[in-house]
Amino acid sequence: MSYLEEGFTLRSWLTTRDHKRIGILYALAITVFFFLGGAAAAIIRLELLTPQGDLVSADTYNKLFTIHGVVMVWFFLIPSIPSTLGNFLLPMMIGAREVAFPRLNIISWYIYVLGATFTVGAVIAGGVDTGWTFYTPLSTLFSNTHVVAAVMGVFIVGFSSILTGLNFIVTVHRMRAPGMTWFRMPLFVWANYATSLILVLATPVLAMTLVLLATERLLHVGIFDPALGGDPLLFQHLFWFYSHPAVYIMVLPAMGVASEIITCFARKRIFGYKFMCYAILGIAGFGFLVWGHHMFVSGQSAYAGMVFSMLSFMVAVPSAIKVFNWTATLYKGSIEFTAPMLYALGFVGLFTIGGMTGLYLAAIALDVHLTDTYFVIAHFHYIMVGGSVMAYLGGIHFWWPKITGRLYSEAWGRVGAITIFAGFNLTFFPQYLLGFLGMPRRYHSYPPEFQLLNILSSAGAAVLAVGYLLPLIYLGWSLFLGKRASPNPWHARGLEWKTASPPPKENFHETPEVDAVPYAYNPEEKLA
Amino acid sequence: MSASSREIDAGGRGEPDRHARGDVDPRAWREETASLGMWVFLATELMFFGGLFLAYLYLRTHDPEGVAAASTHTHEWLGTINTAILLTSSFAMALAVHAAKDARRKAAQRLLVVTAAFGLAFLVVKGIEYGMEWRDGLVPGLRFTLAENTRTATLFFFLYFVATGIHAVHLAIGVATVLWIAWRLRAAALPGWRVDEIDVLGLYWHFVDAVWIFLYPLFYLVNLNA
Repeated sequence: MSYLEEGFTLRSWLTTRDHKRIGILYALAITVFFFLGGAAAAIIRLELLTPQGDLVSADTYNKLFTIHGVVMVWFFLIPSIPSTLGNFLLPMMIGAREVAFPRLNIISWYIYVLGATFTVGAVIAGGVDTGWTFYTPLSTLFSNTHVVAAVMGVFIVGFSSILTGLNFIVTVHRMRAPGMTWFRMPLFVWANYATSLILVLATPVLAMTLVLLATERLLHVGIFDPALGGDPLLFQHLFWFYSHPAVYIMVLPAMGVASEIITCFARKRIFGYKFMCYAILGIAGFGFLVWGHHMFVSGQSAYAGMVFSMLSFMVAVPSAIKVFNWTATLYKGSIEFTAPMLYALGFVGLFTIGGMTGLYLAAIALDVHLTDTYFVIAHFHYIMVGGSVMAYLGGIHFWWPKITGRLYSEAWGRVGAITIFAGFNLTFFPQYLLGFLGMPRRYHSYPPEFQLLNILSSAGAAVLAVGYLLPLIYLGWSLFLGKRASPNPWHARGLEWKTASPPPKENFHETPEVDAVPYAYNPEEKLA
Repeated sequence: MSASSREIDAGGRGEPDRHARGDVDPRAWREETASLGMWVFLATELMFFGGLFLAYLYLRTHDPEGVAAASTHTHEWLGTINTAILLTSSFAMALAVHAAKDARRKAAQRLLVVTAAFGLAFLVVKGIEYGMEWRDGLVPGLRFTLAENTRTATLFFFLYFVATGIHAVHLAIGVATVLWIAWRLRAAALPGWRVDEIDVLGLYWHFVDAVWIFLYPLFYLVNLNA
């Protein structure tokens, strides 16, 4: 009997402690938010079709990009891979039957829902216009919108992240199957472990920052407000101390997904496995030391700027190690261009472009020109959407047969992947050019000479929207009419493929014993 | 689901894999797992208070004299009494953990009640102190009447109330949990898996105590010569 057949009532889902069901609950919740944030983005791109601000007012525009940012960062991207695929797969990949604290796991989902109600409430009540960064003193003194409700939403959802991270860390330390040593763990587990460390250590700093912000706004006392003796730079330091590592919360799990998919469909053991592990930890570590590069033009000390610039360049080293190792894995592999593989290859290419343009922004002199332009928007969307969302969708396709027990239509899967890749580039590449030409972000009108590139970008957004709706349709269809999946349709090597599709509630009827390196795709490499 | 695994689930922790860990004592496994979970949580808590300490550091480095002057308005005697109360509560908690490990249920229960009583005493003293500060007009944003050195003093008391307030919330959660566990120890023999709950609760209690050990000098002892 599979975990899906353990109970069919709503109650059996809402009171579950099964990490697989909790993963699905998270997937449903974040999908709702993905389309909410996407709808805001769609109106933004419609407005930017023409240079005049004619569709929405400047105030509404500010609220749209704020809600887009808040929803996409905290209610979609941060929980996306760890809380859905991570929850479902991490215990299975290390041969465990549960996470370490199943009750905390379902509590974390309810905390997410509670935070979500605050955020939705803020939107319904009229929205927030501060941008997702809640910069002071705009957010504490000048904004007349529902800042406190939005901040509460983000504050609360942070605790669901912390609980998920805590659960993963303890699970990886304590629940591994016999023989599953640290260097036999799949890279997806490594990536989620490193992500969990960031979740546990960075999120509380944001929580305290938001407490101070909300108190300041409610009581009109200012630790961040210069008029009252405070310092807005203090807010920026505290905010980015969380929010830069948060970028790695969003991209490290994506790297884990890409590693699993590429090695499987190249039919080759991943190149430089141990270096991949160290690179993951390196990125997580360096990620804590580079927040100041968001503040080059804020008036922080020039020496601090130089140090942050240098450290930001250093993050590129472990990132490049990963890109080269994925490439080397493909070299002389027997590559199969399945839908997940297309997503994974798309991830590598778009992540590389996003990462390289990050180096432009890490160079202080160039950053002065590019700060607050569309170049920055394009850069982080290449990482967050081109990187994380592509990998998330790739992972959903790759593990779909395991999660649902059904096969999706491979042809439609490929069409979807290619549509998203094309639509994505059409949307965001013109924004690099716009930013380089000097178009500032966060305005609802712009000089007419930027119109052509903006039309291209909006057209791309339409293609992208179709691309995102496609999987919803054919994956939904496969749930009812798709062919039954065998336990291991991709002939992959991970432990999660050694049990039924969909897996039984206890994951494995017999606890697996591990005696080999991961990704033993070449038979002669079975033992290390 | 077998009866024994349901029992373990009721504790909220995953089933230690008996097939895999036939050689490991499940009770010891659970205790270590729960303790690791609490340590990770305390790491989170440490970073949570860390943001606050950074804000304090900022204020203190920008206007050391102002902070010193503002701190003379805190009631250092009440702070000192509270420090003693909290340290004593931690002593009782340490003894409670010890008693639980020796399976002395009655003693553990009594010591937990003593711990909670000291925690409650701390909160009462803190409440009286807040009342005095309200009377003296030291509450930024609501009732602040300090005439000299207003800016730094406002920020000082802003941080004071946020820091001690969040600390008090942590302590209140601690008191409630300690009482709840003591209540559950009232009749039944102490089952093995509750020992780790008391152990883990002890870690939390000592952490809350340790945070106060830092707050006490930062807010009360900056300038005793004035």
